[in-house]
Amino acid sequence: MAAATHENQTSNLPLLLLHRSPKYNLSFFPFLHTKYTVLDPHAAPPHPSFATLSKSARLMLCVGPSTLTSDDLDQYPAVECVVGSSAGLNHFDLAACRRRGILVTSAGDSFSDDVADYAVGLAIDVLRRVSAGHRFVRAGSWPGHEGYMLGSKVSGKRVGIVGLGSIGSRVAKRLESFGCSVSYNSRKKKSHVSYPYYDNVVDLSSNSDILIVCCALTDETYHVIGKDVMTALGKNGIIVNVGRGALIDENELVKMLVRGEIGGAGLDVFEHEPHVPEELFTLDNVVLSPHQAVLTPGSFAALEELVRGNLEAFFLKKPLRAEVGLD
Amino acid sequence: MDAIGVLMVCPMNTYLEQELDKRFNLLRYWTQPRQHEFLTQHAESIRAVVGNASAGADAKLIESLPKLEIVSSFSVGMDKIDLNKCKERGIRVTNTPDVLTDDVADLAIGLMLAVLRRICACDKYVRSGGWKSGDFKLTTKFSGKTVGIIGLGRIGLAIAKRAEGFDCPISYYSRSEKPNTNYKYHKSVVELASNCDILVVACALTPETTHIVNREVINALGPKGVLINIGRGPHVDEAELVSALVEGRLGGAGLDVFEKEPEVPEQLFDLDNVVLLPHVGSATVETRKAMADLVVGNLEAHFANKPLLTPVV
Repeated sequence: MAAATHENQTSNLPLLLLHRSPKYNLSFFPFLHTKYTVLDPHAAPPHPSFATLSKSARLMLCVGPSTLTSDDLDQYPAVECVVGSSAGLNHFDLAACRRRGILVTSAGDSFSDDVADYAVGLAIDVLRRVSAGHRFVRAGSWPGHEGYMLGSKVSGKRVGIVGLGSIGSRVAKRLESFGCSVSYNSRKKKSHVSYPYYDNVVDLSSNSDILIVCCALTDETYHVIGKDVMTALGKNGIIVNVGRGALIDENELVKMLVRGEIGGAGLDVFEHEPHVPEELFTLDNVVLSPHQAVLTPGSFAALEELVRGNLEAFFLKKPLRAEVGLD
Repeated sequence: MDAIGVLMVCPMNTYLEQELDKRFNLLRYWTQPRQHEFLTQHAESIRAVVGNASAGADAKLIESLPKLEIVSSFSVGMDKIDLNKCKERGIRVTNTPDVLTDDVADLAIGLMLAVLRRICACDKYVRSGGWKSGDFKLTTKFSGKTVGIIGLGRIGLAIAKRAEGFDCPISYYSRSEKPNTNYKYHKSVVELASNCDILVVACALTPETTHIVNREVINALGPKGVLINIGRGPHVDEAELVSALVEGRLGGAGLDVFEKEPEVPEQLFDLDNVVLLPHVGSATVETRKAMADLVVGNLEAHFANKPLLTPVV
């Protein structure tokens, strides 16, 4: 039955090549099979004509943050466009795409509200000791210890945002409603925003109580949060990372947290996921999360709409949304 | 003023104790093994009582202190103070309004995010090594959810302002409709609960608001709804809340307060959709200092015959 369906689709529907790590399945996009001849290298059973059809497929859907290398692209010589479905771009070899003249799109701002919400949730949790307090109550420790440790105020704090893109600007808007003051660092000053701009992260950090890391991971931003930045933040400052693990020098972060040289951290991402440094497991001023900031059904509905639109737009030669600039 | 006896009824803040020690004869009630005798012994010198959200001045304490002139509470709520008795006796009462508004509102939003996005459950998952064996489940979006607020006073308004930053529509219930807001008014708590995703209790505790969140309200909120309580434990019928959560009739809860603190129903301990906190709504270093300064300031003003800073009675 499955094979018969494949044959039928092959004759009628445009080719769509999937590129995915085996751990990302496609249950989020059931519409694909009704509109495209889906060529999935990990399908079971495999498409009978995968080897030949994949050479002529012009459109690729890259699922989640699956790594896409120059070698991968060599296997699919006809690909003209890669529709991405992840907020980050570091899993794409963008230079290889540029050399081949391949268009690339990302998840755009589908995840931005959820990630911004999560960043604020982590900041409040770290400052007000929400997860630590929850552990304290669940452990049955409250009776007899009525004076639980004091947290630190959120309202009115100085927030420094590293990367004022679609996520960073949403974090700023949310924390402004708490009466926090916002400043930021990014590659260049944004002409349309009034927040104070710092052209380097150390200066931003010196003038912030809460540092929120939400820029893209590139060669330039690898370990952008190093020892100097964290020293500038100081022992009362906290870091929230909802970007990528490698934006922070994790070894330094762990050392400084253990020694009390920075005030706390809320981390949704890590350098070697799913590995998380165990030194952090006993700290009450740290909140740990399994790369979870994007994952709500609301986000996926927005992403599905974006992906569906971009796949259709490619064949109709219409403008793509959330296209990545490759120059 | 160092001859004036100030009775502090329970431990609340080290800085406050230091500041009171500097100015008054501070008597630490909770350290006394024989409290009745202690009161009798100091009855003539105690002219002020300092209480908080867990212990204040009930009728019995007030009656045993003939020279009592003022009760200065290290809290905004006054449900632990017998206000009628104070009025009868001409005893002044002060609280610490405004200074803790931001903290309580911040925590309300923090609880909403922690419950919907399962932040505490995520943290537990990572710390226990669960991530290595698979991904955590999907969670629920917060931005855009309808937030229903019981009691649109200072704290309720501060919650509304923050939730608007997340594009959440705001609705509310209070005794009467407020003239100066565009938020949607509901004339009953059940109607409010039926029309919101997140219900937050932010009113004062009075006989009328005790168990204002009852079985009917919880059922109206429903299996996708979330209850946040940063008010007082007795606002919520806790037995009904526990059974609704255990039976899945309510989507989740974020609770900073409980009916019999520090006792927390153990049936809630293992639910991933519940976040439990030890009454820390105003528990920040900054705010506790501001509250302590108000308590001391009110006492100083009273004994210098100056106007009180934050009088209630």
